[in-house]
Amino acid sequence: MGSLVNYIYILSGALFILSLKWMNSPVTARRGTLAGEAGMFLAIGGTLLTHHHNWEWILAALFIGTAIGVPIAYIMPMTAVPQRTAMSHACGALAAALVGTAEYYQRQPHASTELVGFVMVALVIETLLGFLTFTGSLMAMGKLQEILPSRPLVYKNQNATNFVLFAIALALGVRIILVPTDTWIFPVFAGLSLLFGVLLILPIGGADMPTVIALLNSYAGLSACAMGFALDNKLLVIAGALDGSSGLILSIIMCKAMNRSFTNVLFGAFGQIQTSAGKTEQRPHRSASAEEAAAVLEAASSVIIIPGYGLAVAQAQHKIRDLFDSLMKRGIDVKFAIHPVAGRMPGHMNVLLAEADIPYDRLIEMDEINGEFPQCDVALVIGANDVTNPAARTDKASPIYGMPILDVDKAHTVMVIKRSMSPGFAGIDNDLYYMDKTLMLFGDAKAFVSEIIKELPAAVGA
Amino acid sequence: MPSNLEMGLYVFMLATFVGLEVIRRVSPLLHTPLMSLTNAISAISVVGAILVISNDEATTLSKVLGFIAITAASTNIVSGFLITDRMLKMFKRREERK
Repeated sequence: MGSLVNYIYILSGALFILSLKWMNSPVTARRGTLAGEAGMFLAIGGTLLTHHHNWEWILAALFIGTAIGVPIAYIMPMTAVPQRTAMSHACGALAAALVGTAEYYQRQPHASTELVGFVMVALVIETLLGFLTFTGSLMAMGKLQEILPSRPLVYKNQNATNFVLFAIALALGVRIILVPTDTWIFPVFAGLSLLFGVLLILPIGGADMPTVIALLNSYAGLSACAMGFALDNKLLVIAGALDGSSGLILSIIMCKAMNRSFTNVLFGAFGQIQTSAGKTEQRPHRSASAEEAAAVLEAASSVIIIPGYGLAVAQAQHKIRDLFDSLMKRGIDVKFAIHPVAGRMPGHMNVLLAEADIPYDRLIEMDEINGEFPQCDVALVIGANDVTNPAARTDKASPIYGMPILDVDKAHTVMVIKRSMSPGFAGIDNDLYYMDKTLMLFGDAKAFVSEIIKELPAAVGA
Repeated sequence: MPSNLEMGLYVFMLATFVGLEVIRRVSPLLHTPLMSLTNAISAISVVGAILVISNDEATTLSKVLGFIAITAASTNIVSGFLITDRMLKMFKRREERK
């Protein structure tokens, strides 16, 4: 039986790799989920097959987990997917940290033979990453759900405090590795890891959430990976490494899309230092009514819609689908320009628009669509701000200088649906709003889009 | 024979490179479902939790911790896979729309 389970684990690892490979296209992606499920089923089944103690505990826990998990998966609205993702990072990390803790205390009586060398190193890494990802993800979830303020929370000497705390936690970790019999250290070490997770996320603002969520994803994976080393289980190492590298790639993509570095995201407290110095003078802008906006759209032959986080907040995705349908019926070409960091997690906008039944071949990535703006009649910005700011190309003094943006300003006409002229999340004024060809449409995204649809004259023959 | 640590490091190194190559090819369209899928996969720590709890020397402490860990991880597995599939079902091409 002992060796059979190892073959099952190998199969399961292969299924996990296939599962991720099939995610490369929407056509095969559902097969990918199926492969992942099969891999997980085999892994759990194989483990249960060879371990017979305390069945009742295991089955009860699996049952409770399933009972919680099913409703979460079906009730959760798509706008809340970033929060759910943060929550499940927290759950995964908690599991890893608790297993690490249990292992430490269980092997404690045989410390001299079982808690030596790399096993102890792995346990320390596992619990450190596990606990800090747990509280960090809970904080991220609180910020995304707006239970906690989504602004960066900063105080004096923040980075220094964090650094000292982390150094102490690390020193304690090294101490446990060297002297595993000092049991009093472990709770202190765990407590510091938990605290550090909270402090790490405090200064992170909403706009940086895509990067941070991806980074926490990576930590949760690495924690599972460390568990694999501690338990000498290669399947855990493989699955953990896959998750770790996935999180790493996504956070690199997010960082590049904001032209920032990891350290800058984690320790920079974006948008707090420069409180939009003195740029308070009123500049002239043009606004328009829903009726005028409808007339402009009606006359266009190509429209590009630029969605942002505001769309998710206003829950406007279904109204936008109605607008999309009525424009397409008129023979107007409508596309969506998706910036990599639009929304609160990687790919957030795509999921929202797909939920509203907008075909995915209409959702175009930044690099592909930027060439089309100069030929586009109308660019309609809904709930996006900094990713359209031309200052990122031209103004060396701007905090977002160098960030790749959507070239919305090159369209023939620009329309922006926005609640007011107040600057966006990063507190940076957007020159786009003051151009002669820009029409500001003031109002709630969902309400305004439905008004535009009403004002569109009935389609010919419809 | 290489030690357990060396074997583990080999596996880690190879799995990381495979992961990086495979994930790099995932379309940005699917980054959100990708993240919830890898999330569900990383709940493989449930295996570790089962190993801890089913150890014949398991103390009450490790049973309780293992119990919480299995609950948390299986919540992750179930909700992660189901919501990934729910999201992927929504991605349709034009001709597939009713």
